[in-house]
Amino acid sequence: MSDINIKITDREGVAHDVVAPTDMSMNLMEIIRSYELAEEGTIGVCGGMAMCASCQVYVINDPGLVEMGDEEDAMLAEAFHVKENSRLGCQLHMVEEMEGLEVEIAPYP
Amino acid sequence: MITTDILIIGAGPTGLFAVFEAGLLKMKCHIIDALPQPGGQLAELYPKKPIFDIPGYPSVNAGELVDNLMEQIKQFQPGFTLGETAVSYTKVDDEWFEVITNKGTVHRAKAIAIAGGLGTFEPRKPAMDNIADYEEKGLEYFIKEPEHFRNKKVVIAGGGDSALDWSIFLSNVASEVTLIHRRNEFRGALDSVEKVQDLKNEGKIKLITPAEVTAIKGDGKVEAITIVKDGEEAYDLETDYFIPLFGLTPKLGEIANWGLNIEKNAIVVNNALDYQTNLEGIYAIGDINTYPGKLKLILCGFHEATLMCQSVYNRLNPGKKYVLKYTTVSGVDGFDGSRKEAEKAVVKKID
Repeated sequence: MSDINIKITDREGVAHDVVAPTDMSMNLMEIIRSYELAEEGTIGVCGGMAMCASCQVYVINDPGLVEMGDEEDAMLAEAFHVKENSRLGCQLHMVEEMEGLEVEIAPYP
Repeated sequence: MITTDILIIGAGPTGLFAVFEAGLLKMKCHIIDALPQPGGQLAELYPKKPIFDIPGYPSVNAGELVDNLMEQIKQFQPGFTLGETAVSYTKVDDEWFEVITNKGTVHRAKAIAIAGGLGTFEPRKPAMDNIADYEEKGLEYFIKEPEHFRNKKVVIAGGGDSALDWSIFLSNVASEVTLIHRRNEFRGALDSVEKVQDLKNEGKIKLITPAEVTAIKGDGKVEAITIVKDGEEAYDLETDYFIPLFGLTPKLGEIANWGLNIEKNAIVVNNALDYQTNLEGIYAIGDINTYPGKLKLILCGFHEATLMCQSVYNRLNPGKKYVLKYTTVSGVDGFDGSRKEAEKAVVKKID
C-alpha cells in the first residue's frame, strides 16, 4: 500500500495538496482533521458515523469513488448546502484508487 | 437558588462520571445541560451505535452507557438543570461561584467543572429570513412537554429518528400531525419507519415527501408554512406549530466569553496537575479541553474527571488528609443512605 496525493480546498477557498496514507484505515474526514484543514468542532462532529454531515465535501474530480451507501445518502438528504456532487468525507476511506481526488469542504453547519 | 459543591456544565459521559467521583469524596454535584435529557452526544447523536473502547465493555451501545452511568450516580443524587445553557458566571466571594442560565436559573457552587464536550448543542435551523421572529412562538426545535401540543396542528420536518419518533408520539396527542421530508426514504430505525407507514395508512400522520418547508407565515406567531413539493406549485398549510428536526450543531456558546484561555475551540487546562483552567476554581474536563497530547476519548474524560474531583476536594478541604481509596475496599456510601460494599469472604473452619 502506498500514499496517495489528493487536493483539498478548505472553507476559506485555499487549496492544499495533501499526501494521504492508504494503510491506516483513515477516511477523508480524518485526513482533513489530521492536516487541520477545518476548525476543530466543525468537522467530524459525530466522529465519523454519517450522522452529522459536518464533513460534507464537494467532489471536484472523481477518480472513481465507491458508491454512496444508504446511510450517507440519507444523511445528505437532511444536510444543508447539499449539491449533486456532495459526499461525506467520513464515508470515503482512503484507497489507492483515490489518487488525484480533488474535493472542496462544504460550509458548516 | 440552587447550591452545590461542584457545578458541572455538560451532562455527557464525562460530566456524569464526575458526579460519581465527587460522591466518593462526599461532594454534591449539580449538572446543567442545554439538551432536555442527559447523555450529551451519546444520547443525542448516536444512542444505538456501539462503542468498543470503554474498558471492560467489549461493546456497549452509547445509550446503554448513558443509562449505566445514570444508574451508577443515582446514589449520589445529583441535581439537573436540563434544557438550559450556562450564560454568565461571577465570583460571588472567596467561597462561591454563581452561574446563571439563559432562562435565569441561578446556581451557586464552590467549583465549576465544564464538561461540555464539543460545546452547547444547538439545533440546526432551516435557512429562512424571518425564522428568529417565530422562535418559541409556534416554532420549536425541541419538544420538552408533549402535552403542550395536545389538540393542536403540528408540522414536523426532518427524516431522522427524532422526526419519526416525535411524529409517532404526537399522533396520539396533536389533532393533526404532518411529517415533511426532502426524500421518500427515512434514516431512522426500521421499526420507526414502519410505524410511521402504519400511522400514515391509518390517517393519523399526513406524510408529504419529497418536499421542503420554505417559509413560515403568521402574525406574531406561526399560523401557516409554505411547502414546496417536487414537481408541484408551492402552497401554504395551516398549522399551530412548526418543528424542524434537522439535528444539532455544537457551539462553545457564552462560555467563550468567560475569560477562559481558548485554543481552537477548546479550553486550555493544566493537565500536568488537575485540569484547572486559567480561572482558579473553574475546571474543564473531557472533549472540551485541550493540552499537549490531548485525546478526545471517553475514557480520557473519565480520568480527567477523577483528577478534577481530587483537586476540588483538596481545594475545599485545605490541610485535610485524604487517602485515595479503592471502592472494592472502602465500599460506596450514597447520599441517599445506601451502602454498597464487597461481600465478606466466608470463613469456615475445616476440622
